Amino acid sequence: MSATFLGLPRRRTATAPDGARDVPHPDEPLRWGDDFPTAARRALQDTQLRRNLAHATSTIRAKRAAVVGEVPDWEALRDAGSAIKTDVMARLPELLEELERNVTARGGVVHWARDAAEANRIVLDIVRAKGVDEVVKVKSMATQEIGLNEALAEEGVAAYETDLAELIVQLADDMPSHILVPAIHRNRAEIREIFLERMGDAPPDLSDVPRELAMAARAHLRRKFLSAKVAVSGANFGVADTGTLTVVESEGNGRMCLTLPETLVTVMGIEKVVPSYTDLEVFLQLLPRSSTGERMNPYTSLWTGVTPGDGPQEFHLVLLDNGRTDVLADEVGRAALHCIRCSACLNVCPVYERVGGHAYGSVYPGPIGAILTPQLTKSSGGLSGHHDPNASLPYASTLCGACYEVCPVKIDIPSILVELRAREVDADRGGLPTGWGAAMKAASFVMSDARRFALAGKAAGLGRVVAGKSGRISTLPPPASGWTRSRDLPAPTAQTFRDWWRTEHVAPGAGEGEEDR
Amino acid sequence: MRIALAATCIADVMFPQAPRATALLLERLGHEVHVPDGQACCGQMHVNTGYLDEAVPVVRNHVEAFAPVLDGEWDAIVVPSGSCTGSIRHQQGMVCRRAGLDALGATADAVAARTYELSELLVDVLGVTDVGAYFPHRVTYHPTCHSLRMLHVGDRPLRLLRAVEGIDLVELPGAESCCGFGGTFALKNAETSTAMLADKMTHVKSTGAEVLTAGDSSCLMHIGGGLSRIRAGVRTLHLAEILASTRDADPVGARPTTHDARTTGGPR
Repeated sequence: MSATFLGLPRRRTATAPDGARDVPHPDEPLRWGDDFPTAARRALQDTQLRRNLAHATSTIRAKRAAVVGEVPDWEALRDAGSAIKTDVMARLPELLEELERNVTARGGVVHWARDAAEANRIVLDIVRAKGVDEVVKVKSMATQEIGLNEALAEEGVAAYETDLAELIVQLADDMPSHILVPAIHRNRAEIREIFLERMGDAPPDLSDVPRELAMAARAHLRRKFLSAKVAVSGANFGVADTGTLTVVESEGNGRMCLTLPETLVTVMGIEKVVPSYTDLEVFLQLLPRSSTGERMNPYTSLWTGVTPGDGPQEFHLVLLDNGRTDVLADEVGRAALHCIRCSACLNVCPVYERVGGHAYGSVYPGPIGAILTPQLTKSSGGLSGHHDPNASLPYASTLCGACYEVCPVKIDIPSILVELRAREVDADRGGLPTGWGAAMKAASFVMSDARRFALAGKAAGLGRVVAGKSGRISTLPPPASGWTRSRDLPAPTAQTFRDWWRTEHVAPGAGEGEEDR
Repeated sequence: MRIALAATCIADVMFPQAPRATALLLERLGHEVHVPDGQACCGQMHVNTGYLDEAVPVVRNHVEAFAPVLDGEWDAIVVPSGSCTGSIRHQQGMVCRRAGLDALGATADAVAARTYELSELLVDVLGVTDVGAYFPHRVTYHPTCHSLRMLHVGDRPLRLLRAVEGIDLVELPGAESCCGFGGTFALKNAETSTAMLADKMTHVKSTGAEVLTAGDSSCLMHIGGGLSRIRAGVRTLHLAEILASTRDADPVGARPTTHDARTTGGPR
């Protein structure tokens, strides 16, 4: 929903393999491609991608850190954001009905969509009723999630993305790789090529200077803004007690869409409701500093139903479930619904920084995607079968905790990752034992008893034979080969700590029990 | 003070210098060190890989081994590991409660409340930053993720290191970025882990340090394993090993002159 122009990565002399980074439009925007380790392995080989991501994420990390550091009550704001979201989840039905009443009272029309297909059908019917075959779009994760553009295209309706980065992604027939900066995987040279080949009205002498690229997009989009009769947006917040919808953005293109067309359709995930107008005070401080690293986002649009003579004269709000009530029913996982889509967790994630967003196989990548996507698609706990690529997402983290530290609504992502891993493991119980399962069971047996552990320690000393004179082990069979492909392992020690302690600190003939010096 | 030492499973078998140095350091500071016999492992590996049922007996064993702290047997428990301390403090209780073992969970929480990572114990509990160490080498410090973000040890380890006589402590660029270990992540996502490790090693090399130190043997095993593979010429030492080293004694062979003692892993 919010978007910012972060500056395009500098051009590099090396160019990426042609089309290597294009992801063709998948049938399921929340589940595409290979499992995470496989997709990540491929992404890691793309040196241009690595450079683009390292540049962009480090830039925005520094911006965020600077503007967060200047807020004296930042931790209190996070607590407030977390408390408001917890309250919302505890009484979501009543808040949504309140929102519906207030939107309706102010002249809007509220629709309820259980899933992507229903939401897409509702939007299509509205567009058809207006007798048009094209719409302009505000950047929106909810409509990415339901594949709205593709659903409209199948029925002969063209949806034009107007956020610059979304436009780049759409023109390239690609998928977004970041929640806030969907074309973060592209550099300016690639964008120039995309504009020249796909935009249709790009100046033939277009260079890759950011200003020229932006001006080309501006001229292209201006024609769409002036002709479109229908706009489709998402929403950052929906205020229950006033019926007010909110979109925050950086370019002003969203504002064009929200004000110029005659009809506005907003697709909002049901978790985006907040109880009262004053709650925006908290989130409008948390969101821009966390997402774009700005003190205040350049454009904050708020609208309430329909205002005669001002802006769209027909307003539809589509409230989207699409798996959210299942997540809400989950005591541990429901905190994922607190997310305000700032993407701070992506920018600080050391895994995301290396592999990029496409490796996650979902429009929601990064740490938040790793907990939200498998829940929305019921991929956790073996509910969708063992070959669901999304089942690998909870393991796509070192649990380093950087995501939790920056999350403006304090979602404890590492703890939820651990819980989702546990469900994956629990779902496998009862079937044929896996290699991991057998190893973990054996380790549990050894590590839950000091005597057994001491014996294992002595046995491990045999590893010294493998290590030989060098004292290091450089090759091991699978799955330990995953380690030794890039790292040595020191030889186990000849004398464990336990043995040394016994020798050095325990008097000869000392009895059983607690050892002392 | 009477201090119980949780050696950690990985250090007991693979890096005994770390708990040895911890014990010797605390004794040098005038404290009584105890090594409870029943200890084995805190359960972190099982928990973080998702094997929570299998973690229960491991956690139970740890809690029972250290429960005497609740009866005044010891004044505190020290762990020379940020991630094990983090698991003890933030995961053990959850593991018990998830298995319906509320009483064990409550005991685990009570034991955890008396458990400290080494730098926490030294600075917060014992109130010391200058431990009288001598280590005349160029050293850089990697703040491990769990000590940084689960325990919030902040600059405690750096304050301890800055007080070491003779040390040439150099800042590690990108210090707060994860080294890519993540327990079984290093195997399940080996390529991504390696990419993170490569960047960490680049930063370590850029400091010109002779020694990389940290408060976790596991992270040091990862970065050290990579540095060894590329023959980087940088050694890894646990924070305790540097702090245990004095002008008169090099009890765990932390200094290069006693290289043989280190590689054979023999007693001091």
